Amino acid sequence: MRTDTADVERPAATPAFQPLGFGRKVKNGAATTLFGAAFVIAVIPLLWVLFTLLQKGLAPLLKADWWSHSFNGLTANDFNGGIYHALMGTLLEGLVCALISVPLGVLVGIYLIEYGRDSRFAKVATFTVDILSGLPSIVAGLFIYALWITTFGFNRSGFAVALSLVLLMVPVVVRVTETMLLIVPDELREASYALGVPKWKTIVKIVLPTALSGILTGVMLGLARVLGETAPLLILVGYAKAISFNIFEGGLASLPLVIYTERSTGTEAGDYRVWGAALTLVLVIMLINLAASLLSRLFAVKTK
Amino acid sequence: MSAPEAPAADAPKKVVRAGDRVFQSLATGSGIFIVALIAAVGIFLLLRAFPSLQANQVNFLFSRVWDTSDPNNLSFGITDLAWVTVASSLVALVIAMPVSCGIALFLTQYAPRSLARPFAYIVDLLAAVPSVVYGLWGVVALAPVLNPFASWLNTNLGWVPIFADGNVRADSGSNIFTAGIVLAVMILPTITGVTREVFQRTPTAHIEGAQALGATRWEVVRTTVWPFGRNGFIGGSMLGLGRALGETVALTIILSGVNVGPNFSIFDAGATFASKIALGSAEFVNDMQVGAYISAGLVLFVLTFAVNAIARWIESASGKGKA
Repeated sequence: MRTDTADVERPAATPAFQPLGFGRKVKNGAATTLFGAAFVIAVIPLLWVLFTLLQKGLAPLLKADWWSHSFNGLTANDFNGGIYHALMGTLLEGLVCALISVPLGVLVGIYLIEYGRDSRFAKVATFTVDILSGLPSIVAGLFIYALWITTFGFNRSGFAVALSLVLLMVPVVVRVTETMLLIVPDELREASYALGVPKWKTIVKIVLPTALSGILTGVMLGLARVLGETAPLLILVGYAKAISFNIFEGGLASLPLVIYTERSTGTEAGDYRVWGAALTLVLVIMLINLAASLLSRLFAVKTK
Repeated sequence: MSAPEAPAADAPKKVVRAGDRVFQSLATGSGIFIVALIAAVGIFLLLRAFPSLQANQVNFLFSRVWDTSDPNNLSFGITDLAWVTVASSLVALVIAMPVSCGIALFLTQYAPRSLARPFAYIVDLLAAVPSVVYGLWGVVALAPVLNPFASWLNTNLGWVPIFADGNVRADSGSNIFTAGIVLAVMILPTITGVTREVFQRTPTAHIEGAQALGATRWEVVRTTVWPFGRNGFIGGSMLGLGRALGETVALTIILSGVNVGPNFSIFDAGATFASKIALGSAEFVNDMQVGAYISAGLVLFVLTFAVNAIARWIESASGKGKA
């Protein structure tokens, strides 16, 4: 033991449980306050955004027309009309995107966990999925433009948008499938093999159903994420004010596109439509998120 | 068969069923498809950008011009785009990194266990708000509140180049300063999510050891949680940076409407790679013109690819080193 003055003056027997020095106390208190404050800082913009949305966007949503009409034939200063066309467009694009992304993503997940586990190619594929999950949505849009429109010669359409959204949704589906398949206990697989069930049937009938609730939840979350994307819409589809269910031909409205396009109107009625569409979009996303968490809870009880 | 742990090692005869073969090739094919997809993104962008790059009249990397109105006389360079993209992302990082780290520490080390999950969920909700809504909010609600602060920075710290006069008024709201703060909010959940996960994995023995030595909570964080999770935090921040670089619509809404080149201040407006492409979509008629925008997209793709790859590498390296 060193013997500086400080040590000499203190009683030698109580080294470990000395009362905290002032400096350490202050530092600890400051750190606690700072970290708590950081959390509060994150909550402020969230509440602020939601408040702004409700304040400016609630009025349109309370009118019956909003849910049943389109903007067809509306002049810039007209407060009538509704979001039905864009709501349908958004859901349609989301549905087509999900129809492609879910089987593709789940199959990739199955490959990574059931077939290629730890192989070199699986590592490449995992890295690819990582990169895809960081792909900017505008680049996804540009890629589909370069492939689907320039190279294959198709027209701009809602389907092109759905294709670009696939690039953004697939990594989410793969990631969640991977996580869920990893949780499925190996005993289940072995029991199935022991009974002479082929591997593919084991995966389809035993492994996937066990992981189903988690995968579904992930799919919903991925869908909620891509429905709010705007960038690919700008380059891949024209905006239509009328109701259209044709995803392959002509313009197709969607909620983000309405927000972006109607903003340029610059009128009070335009603002009314913009904020109404914004609140509708956030509501749709929140509903899907909510459904996802309900779903996972509902299924989770059953499997246990 | 040499691998002793393979379950079928002792089976007398391996039966390969048709269903198995089909299903396996489906799964493997999907894996190959995904890898091919990312390669295709690079290849098709390059293919479409190449003719325009060749016809470009000015240096693509160092020119500050962007004039694609005449397809036979294309002049486009990315210097200005690169500045606005990088500056807004860096402003976002500078703000979001400390806050995210604080939130992650708060959620993992301070918040009561029963509240940690709902609190984390609240932060994740930030990611559920679409970027177009953030753009609207940034212009309509946030900018007016920030403007006095921006003017103050501009007046009092104007001698620092990045706070000098930009190409728009400091209190206009449509500048990198506002955009960076909105971006910070958008990447907060990304960084927090990764960091929280790493901090959570700090070995309990380390924490308890520090506590046994009489460390205060702050000292526990400083001596065990932080050194353990630092790399993960950096990796998460890189992921956030990747998101910020590619963010399109929020920045299109906040920054657009200026045709003058930036003065390399955070009170500049202008366009990022992504927002330039979004704004240029009206010009998407002629393949040569589109090619100019695709060139910008290609740069953005390479940039985000690199940032994301580094982020994943840091993350996986930090996981391995401490396991």
